[in-house]
Amino acid sequence: MKNFNIIMTGVGGQGIITLVTILDQACLEQGYDVKSSELHGLSQRGGSVVTHVRFGKKVYSPLVSFGGADLIVGLELAETLRDIAFAGSKTAFVINDYSMGFLGYPAEQEILDNLNRVGKNRVHLVPAVEICKKELDKDVVAGVYLLGYAVKNNLIPLKKESFIKSLETVIPQKYLDLNIKAFNLAFKQ
Amino acid sequence: MITRKVLLGNEAIVRGALAAGVDFVSGYPGCPSAEIGDEFGRIAKENGVYAEWATNEKVGLESAIGASFSGLRSLVNMKSFGVNVCSDSLFPLAYTGTKAPMVIVVADDPSCHSSAQSEQDSRGYAYLSHIPFLDPSSPQECYDFTKLGFEISEKFNIPVIIRSTTRVAHQRAPVVFDTPAKKDFKKGEFIKNPYQFCTMPPRVLEMKLELLKKIKRIQTYAEKSAINGTLGGKSKVGIIASGISYMYAKEALEQMKLDLPVLKLGFFYPLPKEKIVKFIKPLKKIIVVEEMQHYIKKEVKAIAADANLKLEIFGKNVLPETGELDVEKVSFALAKVLGKKVKPAVRVAGIKIEIPKRFPKLCDGCPYWNILPVIKRVAPEGTIFGGDIGCNMMAGLPPHNIQDYLFSMGASMGISHGVSKSTNQKVISLIGDGTFFHSGIPGLINAVYNKSNPLIIVLDNRITAMTGHQQNPGMGKTLMGDDTYDIKIEDVARACGVKYVRTLDPVNMKELEDTIKDFMQKEEVSMIICKHRCALLERRLKNNSELQKFYTNPQVN
Repeated sequence: MKNFNIIMTGVGGQGIITLVTILDQACLEQGYDVKSSELHGLSQRGGSVVTHVRFGKKVYSPLVSFGGADLIVGLELAETLRDIAFAGSKTAFVINDYSMGFLGYPAEQEILDNLNRVGKNRVHLVPAVEICKKELDKDVVAGVYLLGYAVKNNLIPLKKESFIKSLETVIPQKYLDLNIKAFNLAFKQ
Repeated sequence: MITRKVLLGNEAIVRGALAAGVDFVSGYPGCPSAEIGDEFGRIAKENGVYAEWATNEKVGLESAIGASFSGLRSLVNMKSFGVNVCSDSLFPLAYTGTKAPMVIVVADDPSCHSSAQSEQDSRGYAYLSHIPFLDPSSPQECYDFTKLGFEISEKFNIPVIIRSTTRVAHQRAPVVFDTPAKKDFKKGEFIKNPYQFCTMPPRVLEMKLELLKKIKRIQTYAEKSAINGTLGGKSKVGIIASGISYMYAKEALEQMKLDLPVLKLGFFYPLPKEKIVKFIKPLKKIIVVEEMQHYIKKEVKAIAADANLKLEIFGKNVLPETGELDVEKVSFALAKVLGKKVKPAVRVAGIKIEIPKRFPKLCDGCPYWNILPVIKRVAPEGTIFGGDIGCNMMAGLPPHNIQDYLFSMGASMGISHGVSKSTNQKVISLIGDGTFFHSGIPGLINAVYNKSNPLIIVLDNRITAMTGHQQNPGMGKTLMGDDTYDIKIEDVARACGVKYVRTLDPVNMKELEDTIKDFMQKEEVSMIICKHRCALLERRLKNNSELQKFYTNPQVN
């Protein structure tokens, strides 16, 4: 297998680093070499955050090359478009239908039009925040739901069981149940 | 016990230090090094290690020097700029040498993801200090090199610097590591030896000669060290790389289906010169892949000239000197040197809008939301606004835009004094609590002593927040979670001679407004301390008794 490259993008405070650790651990559970890269500090204070996860037989660079993402998981609409340079002609997109506006934020429809023009039928727009709020009364697990969605739709070559094991390792006991529920929720729909 | 786990580079450094039997840890939090101290805070007690946050990197290093002289194995952690702060004691430390081994971790941030000030390449300090520098490229190497650093330090009685960068410190990957048997807290013994520990002249010059001889011996060691190694390839074109650049080079070679010989340097200083000569001898062209400054390229050029070798050496003529490298940049450089064509990565077509920059901003509920707008509204037109490092840097971003200069930790104090002395303009100078303790106090004393009149507003959110909530001297807790004194900024200010000092909760915006108006009229230094805990920390602590133990001292409000 060729190395698999994931970009996860969003806004500081959305819990992206936790998603990175979940993905890393799931890769390890399945015996892959894995590397990821993340940023802390200033960029985390409500700024744009882009993280890279790469796995396969042997990984050198922790960074995904431009045009090299197999999957882009976007937790926020505009941020997904901001990091579009990582997308190639086969990239799949799992995008949280959620926006965090700021002064000068483009019209949502315009963002969606652009994403669809690039991603064509490979764009999965998922109302994860809405679903998690409705079903679990908590939107903080929207990212975990999106990972579940990607696994269910065969957009990540990793097994569901690897993720469950990973959650058990990575997530503190107190929040484990909620996270497993959010992950499984994607398989029920 | 041997374990394999996904670790952050910084966590791997902690594991390496534990495996090497570290006793004493100090440092100052910065990005991208802060998780080292944070992790020690969590695990120090159960591992028989003493760990603290120092008031600044200089004090942190000096504490470790005291520990080393007393026979304890020590580790100091800091970001790039920390080495500037501690350099005054770092240089004499190279002269005296260590007694028990010491490793110093310095984390650079190419591309300045989380750094104001400058894009610093701390490797330059190797030449100034004559201290060995190791340059890891992965979390596994963070672990291995930290352990090795302790070994080298112990063997040669010299501190060893592990220099990482953001993409190494904040890289996660599987690491194989050893967890040593539990040990008890160790007390050492200071055995007097002024001959070694005092750098008074004329002894200091003897020490310098001893150091230079020591570095020669370490260079011989580096020649044999496995962390400087050659891999693959039978081409006449070769690559020399170190740190994260090595990973980009390997990836680029794989993508371009090239098999070039690579010399990977684990040592940045001293360089294994003979190994380099042996590597470059059969080659016609060399490309040195390194981020920021071209230190290694210059060295290789000199080594080649000394050995009478004629070959082309490429570096910054094909690679950028600012910003971090990546696989694409290295691929282009290789293509240029090899005279090959490389297809640029396919950029997706069809994007018709540009997304404006999303500026970092104050968190929801941040007490600074109560402070910055009031300052902006009340300050007369033409007021000069001094800025300092920390969350209060946001004052320089929209919607606030009140920051007329920003330099280094504590620099607002000196610059504001200088502006105030040099003009008739009024200065309002902002600083956070952590930064005040780090290096604000000498500047404050200077302003009082030399009679200028800035209004200093301390944005005291009761924690060192920007770097991820580290304890500081103002909030009654230590890194390991023990209760301690809370040193009150207002007491310090009064003791420094500031006559007009007011402490208030910025929730009371009217009081803040009136005080600013009042103090703006003063002809002497004045200070307002806006005291209110960071909202993010407040939320983290809610219903979390485990965390409260590390942050809440019932004696302190």
